Amino acid sequence: MTNLAVPTIVDPRVIEEVVGPSPLRILIRRSVGHVGLIVGATIILIAVAMALFSPWLAPADPYVQNLSARFIPPVYMEAGSWTHPLGTDHLGRDYLSRIIYGARISLVVGLCAAMISAVIGVTLGVVAGYFGGWVDSVVTFLITARLATPVILVALAVAAVIGSSAEMLILILGLLLWDRFAIVMRSSTQQIRTIDFVEAARVQGCSVPWILISEIMPNLLNAFIVILTLEIAHAIILEAALSFLGLGVRPPLPSWGLMVSEGRESILFDSWLITIPGVFLFLLVLAINLLGDGLRDVLAPDQRS
Amino acid sequence: MLMYVVRRICVSILVALFVSGLSFFLLYAAGDPATAILGASATETDIAAVRERYGFDRPLIVQYASWLWRALQGDFGDSFFLRVPVEILIAQRLPVTMLLGSCAIVFALVLAIPLGVVAALRPNSIVDRLALFISVIGQAMPSFWFALLLITWFSVAWPLLPSSGSDSWQHFVLPTVALGYYAMPAIMRLTRSGMIEVMNSDYIRTARSKGLSSWQITVKHALRNAIVPVVSLAAAQFGFMLAGSVVIESVFAIQGAGRLAYESIVRGDIPTMQAVILIFSLTYVVLTFAADLLVAWLSPRVRLV
Repeated sequence: MTNLAVPTIVDPRVIEEVVGPSPLRILIRRSVGHVGLIVGATIILIAVAMALFSPWLAPADPYVQNLSARFIPPVYMEAGSWTHPLGTDHLGRDYLSRIIYGARISLVVGLCAAMISAVIGVTLGVVAGYFGGWVDSVVTFLITARLATPVILVALAVAAVIGSSAEMLILILGLLLWDRFAIVMRSSTQQIRTIDFVEAARVQGCSVPWILISEIMPNLLNAFIVILTLEIAHAIILEAALSFLGLGVRPPLPSWGLMVSEGRESILFDSWLITIPGVFLFLLVLAINLLGDGLRDVLAPDQRS
Repeated sequence: MLMYVVRRICVSILVALFVSGLSFFLLYAAGDPATAILGASATETDIAAVRERYGFDRPLIVQYASWLWRALQGDFGDSFFLRVPVEILIAQRLPVTMLLGSCAIVFALVLAIPLGVVAALRPNSIVDRLALFISVIGQAMPSFWFALLLITWFSVAWPLLPSSGSDSWQHFVLPTVALGYYAMPAIMRLTRSGMIEVMNSDYIRTARSKGLSSWQITVKHALRNAIVPVVSLAAAQFGFMLAGSVVIESVFAIQGAGRLAYESIVRGDIPTMQAVILIFSLTYVVLTFAADLLVAWLSPRVRLV
């Protein structure tokens, strides 16, 4: 051990061996080795690219009807052709173009609704976890009440009465899906509150908002990201279900859920009209869930169920 | 223990009232119930007359109080559309939904628990990976799309089962699978993590050293404890399934309460919507309460808290 005193140029690999890899490096290493995470992230990147570059990627206008070219099957079926790689729907609109534009609706609704939920849920959860007492009781009550609310039913009813549109849907889902944020943020805050650094901030005379925002919230980030992904997936599925039932996104917008619903009448002879948008929906939700599970393994391995 | 039960009952009732109140205000405040009854072409005087007859001209809080008072006596008013007391409609339709929900939860449990146990006994084995795979797929599958896929496979491509109606037990097979599959992943994951935890505990080692057969250890000693949290989850899942029945029953054209809710939403039949929302959230509240009591009875540790 005498050579410790000698200032020599040390190989970084040796440093790593002695002090261990940096946290960032651990994170990267864990992520690269995680198959689910990589697969999920790749599919999501493709979906995001579809949404961002739809006008350039789509071979045709998704709204242009051509009644002489209805129900053309996709290219992998016998009668299909490359002019319409995924065929055309009951109004002769190019199915691939509609699928590509549809990615915008799923992603925007999912992201925006989850953001609104996040603001509500995190605020409630952090405040309840930090203050405890009657504040906590009120928030716990709200969470219980929210869990007892049949989400699809209330969302449908409100959409029917107020009128449905993509913006309305974002608002309705955003106001309904905050429960998981609140539950997890509350219990995490309860744990963090008792740790010494929060006590130290309090002794220093930091204001309560300061403590909540700059001492507690950064420590909730990992759990937050994981729940955010799960809720985005949840919102995407609900948007599709509501549009499927006719009370979500309005036609002629190419929502994947709406496309499944429009294909329903063709279930006997052209069931690919149902299969194709469903597969995209399924893959997107699957990818977001895989990313969420992967992020949990990488960022917060202690929360594995 | 008695205090705990009393407090839980009070909270449960408050929660159900809160949910129904919230949806009451939302539905009545947002839409115009008089126009909903008469249709858009009604004259001003007709609307005023209906407002007065149904009491829509009173303050909302008074309307809510009188609705609540009558609802507690089992009187939900008349359906705007069918001109029949809502409670009669509910009495006709609810048993079908309850039957479907029960079949679905049994299906989910029968599939999820053995799979979870086997996966837990051999973590990271092929069975475990298969179980994980099934649950990841299940979580990403939109239920309405899965239901349509089941129809294309088992009613259209291979005419084995009927695709719509609720006349015989065959009609319930596909809806049960479609609804139950959605609850399965969560139950399986919880069973698996519970079993893994229990199998590593000291009393299992004791049982092993006593020379008990592994069947006895797994089923009699381990599963009994691991199953306790599953009870709560199954109750909550049953509640979520009631809401999910809105989607599944409209796909399979089953004359249940979920379809009744959907039809009344589409027709703007607010009293019926309101009653179904109240009954679904009340069912959730009662079930989770019953599950909590059952869990307390099963595990004395909770009873003491």
